[in-house]
Amino acid sequence: MSAPDGTGAGPATATPSLGMRGWSPQRVWSVAGAVVLVALVWGFYAWDGAQTTAVMGGTVRAATLLVLGAMCGMVGERSGIVNIGIEGQFLMSAFTAFTVASISGSLFLGVVAGVSTGLAMGWMLAAMSVGLRTDQIIAGTVLNIAALGLTSFFYDRGRSLGQPKYQSIELGPLADLPVVGTALFNRPPLTYLALVLVVVLHVLLLRSVWGMRTTAIGEHPGAAATVGIDVIRLRYWNVTLAGGLAGLGGAYLALESVGTFTRAMSGGRGFLALAVMIFGRRTPLGAYAAALFFGFTTALQGQFQLNDTFDIPAQFVGMLPFVVTIIVVAAAGLFGRMRDPAALGQPYEVR
Amino acid sequence: MRAVMRAAAVPLTSVVLGLVLGAVLIAVQGHSVTSAYGALVLGGAGDADALLRTLQKATPLVFGGLAVAFAFKAGLFNIGGQGQLLVGAAFAAGVGFGLEGVPLVVHLPLALLVGAAAGAAWGAIAGVLKATSGAHEVIVTIMLNFVAGNLTDWLAANPWQDRSGSNIIARTPLVQPSAEIPTWGWLPAGFVLAVIAAFACWFVLERTTYGFEVRSVGANRHAARYAGISVGWIMASTMAVAGLLAGAGGAIESLGVDGRFEAGVNVGLGFEGITIALLARTNPIAVIPAGLLVGLMEAGAAKMQFESGVAPEIIDVIQALILLFVAAPMIVRWLLRLRDRPDSPDRRLTLGAGWGR
Repeated sequence: MSAPDGTGAGPATATPSLGMRGWSPQRVWSVAGAVVLVALVWGFYAWDGAQTTAVMGGTVRAATLLVLGAMCGMVGERSGIVNIGIEGQFLMSAFTAFTVASISGSLFLGVVAGVSTGLAMGWMLAAMSVGLRTDQIIAGTVLNIAALGLTSFFYDRGRSLGQPKYQSIELGPLADLPVVGTALFNRPPLTYLALVLVVVLHVLLLRSVWGMRTTAIGEHPGAAATVGIDVIRLRYWNVTLAGGLAGLGGAYLALESVGTFTRAMSGGRGFLALAVMIFGRRTPLGAYAAALFFGFTTALQGQFQLNDTFDIPAQFVGMLPFVVTIIVVAAAGLFGRMRDPAALGQPYEVR
Repeated sequence: MRAVMRAAAVPLTSVVLGLVLGAVLIAVQGHSVTSAYGALVLGGAGDADALLRTLQKATPLVFGGLAVAFAFKAGLFNIGGQGQLLVGAAFAAGVGFGLEGVPLVVHLPLALLVGAAAGAAWGAIAGVLKATSGAHEVIVTIMLNFVAGNLTDWLAANPWQDRSGSNIIARTPLVQPSAEIPTWGWLPAGFVLAVIAAFACWFVLERTTYGFEVRSVGANRHAARYAGISVGWIMASTMAVAGLLAGAGGAIESLGVDGRFEAGVNVGLGFEGITIALLARTNPIAVIPAGLLVGLMEAGAAKMQFESGVAPEIIDVIQALILLFVAAPMIVRWLLRLRDRPDSPDRRLTLGAGWGR
């Protein structure tokens, strides 16, 4: 309920200080962090190349799903709509993607079905939270519970994909690069698509008219409306289209990452995506950096279970991403100067 | 009475709509709706055994519903019922099987209390973080659910695992007879505790100074602070009370129904609390019938599958539909041609706000 802080004279000036002017202390820290990280990875690679490559591959694999969910969340939140239904959107679209791919024998049709399901669920969230002005958190919870119920009801244990999942494509000489070659440039197609979407959405959100309008309706919908932006309409479009990103995430989960569908297979990653979004300050590139960090904790978990170097029970390693999220969210509140979009969570009523 | 009817109109219509759409789904799958719903009711209330099952199922649901409803009064959305219930169930079972040679009058209350306290501690983490750092309780409680799932799995698979015979399942040994919650005929004592808890919640919220402060914080946090109420303390303690309720529900599940804690058995119970609390309009007394309704559907689901071949997961779908209609009351209001009054209970179902303070 913080007061709007003087921005919002019009869509052209409504963006808060997201520009790249100068070197803020925060930027110095992130560059320093990146340098340390690269040095560490290089060190580990020199020490044990095979294992480092495996962990990095796992990191990218987990990060792809998280960043797709985070991008879905940030488009909604920048428009002023909280989406905690990403988990349900993942699950439902993973289910339809898997089922359609299994019936039709085409992975591509499966992806189309997954994205369509995501769009449909995004529209449902918009209809509830924008149209019917239901509390947004409850609306998202409805999506989660509905997805779990529907996918369990229609779940067919005997069904299999009937074909191999999406396979890796080597990007020519790039894949032969040391250290990052295999992890980044020898991946299956949806991973590349997600990476492209990260860059495209980043530019769109921070540089395009649409991005500024989106920020405007999330910060001060009343002011946005006075300069001629149809707040309700844009919120509908954004939340629906954002659902398509989560839908792609669901398709990625079922058809590329795992290659099958199991009950409740999203496993909380739709919620982790929200933490990734907050950590990444609601920018796609920031979210991808955060997703890599979270993906790393997941990849470590897998690697710890494979070898006996560290004798830590699987359950404690499994807790890691969730504990990290709690610490991140608490620390963001304590130390960060992160600010939510001013109109986040509040329904907009046309008077 | 008119007021009760008006308050119940939307939830009751939502239940009917949910059941009707569920019937459509059953018919589309080529099953008989009458035999399916008939078996559902018979399986949940047809005889003493069925009634016992329903009441046993309803007990943790009532506690889970109270855990959500109580926090809601302070404007907090407790999605952490699942985790609070799990730690309550695990720790109650731990005390239940671990202590030997203790009389029932000491053992049973102690086991219950430890379970409830574990749940309270789990809930308090989210409350304290919310009060001190502004970390949103929705994110923190969701994450704590996963942490609790892992923690209790580990407890049941390692230090507290049942080593008797050739057991390899991640579960504790059976609790001692001195820690078992009794069942009187068709009436499980745990359900009596659930009813008492619901009335206690109502009393605390409506008839005590503390309850007034909780509701004030829920109505307007800033006004409450201005009025001299310690908002941080109210938020932290409310989450602890919510966790206490869910933890007690888990403890009763271990001590009165399952007789032990087993990893992965109680999954999902915590989330149904959300449906129940919203169906009850966050009124603690109304949580009892809402819990009974869902409990009946769950108790009858097995018989329904046996007699008419409908997958028991239809219950989850119907619950989700009911939740949808309760959460978006404008659909039902339009159907019933009810006027949207500014003081209607639906209007109070708002949590608003973003992730920060």
